[in-house]
Amino acid sequence: MTIFALSSGKGKAGISVIRVSGPQTKDVVLALTKKGFSLRPRMMTLNWFFDPDTNERLDRGMVIFFPGPNSFTGEDVAEFHIHGGYAVVGGFMEALSRLPNLRSAEAGEFTRRAFDNNKMDLTAVEGLADLINSETESQKRQALRQMEGELGNVYKGWRLQLITAMAYLEVSIDFSEEEVPDDVTHRVIPIIEKLQRDITKHLADGHCGERLRHGLQVVILGAPNAGKSTLLNYLSQRDVAIVSDIAGTTRDILEVHLDLSGFPVSIIDTAGLRATEDEIEIEGIRRAEQRARDADLKIVIIDVLGGSIPDKLSVDHFGNNTLVLLNKCDLLDNVNHSLVDDSSIGCWDVSLKEGRGMDAFMDALKGQVENRMEFTQTPSLTRTRHRANLRGAKDNLDRFLSAEHTEIELLSEDLRMAARDIGKITGDVDVEDILEKIFTEFCIGK
Amino acid sequence: MVDFDVIVIGGGHAGCEAAAAAARLGVNTLLITHKFKTIGEMSCNPAIGGLGKGHLVREIDALDGIMGRVADASGIQFRMLNRRKGPAVRGPRCQSDRRLYREKMQQILTSYPNLTIKEAAVDDLWIKSEDDAPVSGVITGKGEKISCARVILTTGTFLRGMIHIGDERIPAGRKSIKNEIELPAIGLSNTLERFGFTLQRLKTGTPARLNGKTIDWSVCAVQPGDQPPVPFSFMTENIKVRQIDCHITHTNEKTHDIIRENLHKSSMYSGHIEGAGPRYCPSIEDKVVRFSDKTSHQIFLEPEGLDTDTIYPNGISTSLPVDIQESYIRSIVGLENVEIIQPGYAIEYDFVDPQELLATLETKKLPGLYLAGQINGTTGYEEAAAQGLMAGINAARSSLGDTPFLLDRADAYIGVMIDDLVTKGTEEPYRMFTSRAEYRLKLRADNADQRLTGLGIDIGVVGKEREHRFNEKIAKLVSYGKILDDLKISPNEGSRYGLKINQDGVRRSAKILLSYPNIEFEQITNIWPILKEIPTEIIEQLVIDATYSGYLDRQEADIVAFRKDENLMLPTSLDYNVIGGLSNEVKEKLSKAKPSTLGAAARISGVTPAALTTLLRFVKRKDKKAVA
Repeated sequence: MTIFALSSGKGKAGISVIRVSGPQTKDVVLALTKKGFSLRPRMMTLNWFFDPDTNERLDRGMVIFFPGPNSFTGEDVAEFHIHGGYAVVGGFMEALSRLPNLRSAEAGEFTRRAFDNNKMDLTAVEGLADLINSETESQKRQALRQMEGELGNVYKGWRLQLITAMAYLEVSIDFSEEEVPDDVTHRVIPIIEKLQRDITKHLADGHCGERLRHGLQVVILGAPNAGKSTLLNYLSQRDVAIVSDIAGTTRDILEVHLDLSGFPVSIIDTAGLRATEDEIEIEGIRRAEQRARDADLKIVIIDVLGGSIPDKLSVDHFGNNTLVLLNKCDLLDNVNHSLVDDSSIGCWDVSLKEGRGMDAFMDALKGQVENRMEFTQTPSLTRTRHRANLRGAKDNLDRFLSAEHTEIELLSEDLRMAARDIGKITGDVDVEDILEKIFTEFCIGK
Repeated sequence: MVDFDVIVIGGGHAGCEAAAAAARLGVNTLLITHKFKTIGEMSCNPAIGGLGKGHLVREIDALDGIMGRVADASGIQFRMLNRRKGPAVRGPRCQSDRRLYREKMQQILTSYPNLTIKEAAVDDLWIKSEDDAPVSGVITGKGEKISCARVILTTGTFLRGMIHIGDERIPAGRKSIKNEIELPAIGLSNTLERFGFTLQRLKTGTPARLNGKTIDWSVCAVQPGDQPPVPFSFMTENIKVRQIDCHITHTNEKTHDIIRENLHKSSMYSGHIEGAGPRYCPSIEDKVVRFSDKTSHQIFLEPEGLDTDTIYPNGISTSLPVDIQESYIRSIVGLENVEIIQPGYAIEYDFVDPQELLATLETKKLPGLYLAGQINGTTGYEEAAAQGLMAGINAARSSLGDTPFLLDRADAYIGVMIDDLVTKGTEEPYRMFTSRAEYRLKLRADNADQRLTGLGIDIGVVGKEREHRFNEKIAKLVSYGKILDDLKISPNEGSRYGLKINQDGVRRSAKILLSYPNIEFEQITNIWPILKEIPTEIIEQLVIDATYSGYLDRQEADIVAFRKDENLMLPTSLDYNVIGGLSNEVKEKLSKAKPSTLGAAARISGVTPAALTTLLRFVKRKDKKAVA
């Protein structure tokens, strides 16, 4: 198998490096770059990277290829240097995990391969253990957190269903001489059909879980001096952005992470939107527009003192994921609502300075966050690796159900492989569990 | 000079196979047993093989062991279990004539040139602790000291054996058919405790034996054997013993009422027994209690031989008092007037935690001492014999200064069993099931010789006759296999012969056609009549391999990954306490299990990837030493 992993640190960074190692490495590079070019060893090249399934652009970045055995692992290795950030890296990893014969690496697996191919000396391996330890510790903590929650219960439930199904097959193999009910193998199919449906549904969750992990993206937009940074400070209840009366104070992106109704939310403050010649400001506005495109929710702030003509740049952001705030209402007696049309979620008269009207707005904002985070009732996938393992399990269940073969030992083999995949998430499915199920449910024994 | 290279204590299934294996390897071997005439005794039911167990017998036979040939020479009813299911899960089984089994076993053992058999009770091990291999011999009950290089202990249920029937408790290792009590081994238990072995208790049971002349056979269902019977041994052409039928009857509500009313009199329910019994072989008391909604349980009435009337009623093992046994047995259809020849009983015995063993079955605490069979917490003749074989081979090789002979989980059921035992230990008597083998499609009863005989030839444990026959078979498999690869047909031509193939223009070989579930060998012989010349047993093999080929390829990839870790040996002398970076929990687990390979370490629960990486360092260091 060829393996891949994010080799640079987790979290946001300017550049992230994704490393691939194994016999398929060359194919992976060609599949992502969509070029039939011959890879020049150890030469960095600039490319667009595409999702091999959808042809969507993933990112533009550098790729470098190290042919084995002259590489870190001793196998063919490639490194993709792409832009950091959850969305880009997540999309890239997701695309890789869908390629054939490719899977995400286990903790320390690159080094393990290097060791197997005699590319490492003893001290290097010694140091590695600590590294892996911290890595697996954090993974374990994360997994434990998940296992305590609903997600854990879902996986445990699946594991039990699979054990039951395997027990029903195995009992008619290993105890065919016993008085086992005739219909026992027929009981397996409904269990597996349901399991296959549940896993399929779980996999098609629109990546809600990953969003849960990284936070819902909420972008604040508006003309200069409309009160965007004041809102950010209000939400974070501490001074994170420089707030002043001079228009254009926020020239770059400011981001704070908050807990809203128990969900992680990233609030992003952006540069004020206006027509300008200032190059730095233009870049700031370009970035603001960029973040607005990726946002889950937008808050557009309009300064009601700005007159009856709303600024076009702000109005362009009205839409079904936009909340509109009419700020500085304390300074005006009659607020003109005609400038806000029905395309947005709603609009609120507020005074950020005095906090007037903010309770109603906060309730609405929390409601929107909850809606987006809980749009499926089932707990969702949070890790690319879980996704890959579940996809493997589903493939094996599909093979079981497609019934090209009817031999019980082959059907059992399909379930065994599926159990192995799910076992990688929940801990092993031990044969003892299956035997225990058999012995409690059936009277076995001559 | 020592008196013997290898001494085997015990003449049961483990002991016989151990002594025979050591002798085949040419070392001077002594088998010590209480009584010569009980060598090869079947203490429980008169049957060999079954699912998983039949696989073990084939594997023993593939290494030129004796169990398969003895079963073939004594089998009075053969049945291939799961005959209608796939070849990977078929298990050969036979009912044996108890007397014929003993006689054949004794005859084979006495024919081994360098095997001596001695009647004695062994009370203690002779230890010179200053030596590297401290076991130096054995001491008999009469105080006689016999020196040797390696000792194999196969005590079965004799270690502090205690028989329970109702309230009655009888210190014994076994009760023979004539109701004779065979004395337990107390001294050896003490010896093992003296050297710090962890002894635990297990329990097993056996039903009453019945007089067949007093059974009304006309009301029992008949269960015939296979015709023709399929032998166990790859060396047996056909079965010469007369074949008979078995019968089946059932318990009923009345039987269950009697048992329920008297439950408090059962040894197991009155608190006399502390050892854990097997979940898959419950006593009739357990069945009635745990599955109270079942109104009937089946009983196989198994004849114990051709010239005896003794019947073994398989399915009603018990520890109820004799009078209760009589009344519930007589409530069963066909058994209303039955005469009980010997009552059933439960037996408790000591076993050693098998995590104290290396994969060679040598103990870690006393180098030179090997344990095999029920003493390691297993149950069953086949499990015992398989361990005996491996202990015998390894003790002999060790005495000659040769490297260990190990089978792994991808080689054989023997490997699965020993790995389970030494890495995980056991809570109940351990029995083999096919579901324990993760590479079940590869580890089949039909290909045991192809998997193992070659390995056996390499180490010299396989005799000339078998070697010759094996080589002939392999040559045929190779040459006919090549023919199946070379004969090719286009989809177009194929459809003219009525084959349903994808019309993609790709020419397919005869072997590929055979891997399709909807194509039979007969259809292929219509295309290429030359294939009719292939001998039946060869074509059967080739067809099975073709059927499973897709799955076997996938399994092979798994096996490569598995073997990589298995090949990284961990030194047994490794002191886990001095290794930095291991948590105390992991240190404790590794120190207890002393895994022999990195793969075995990974199978111990709680051992983290980080711990495995740390262990890699030691593997590497050892490699360097070997080079230097």
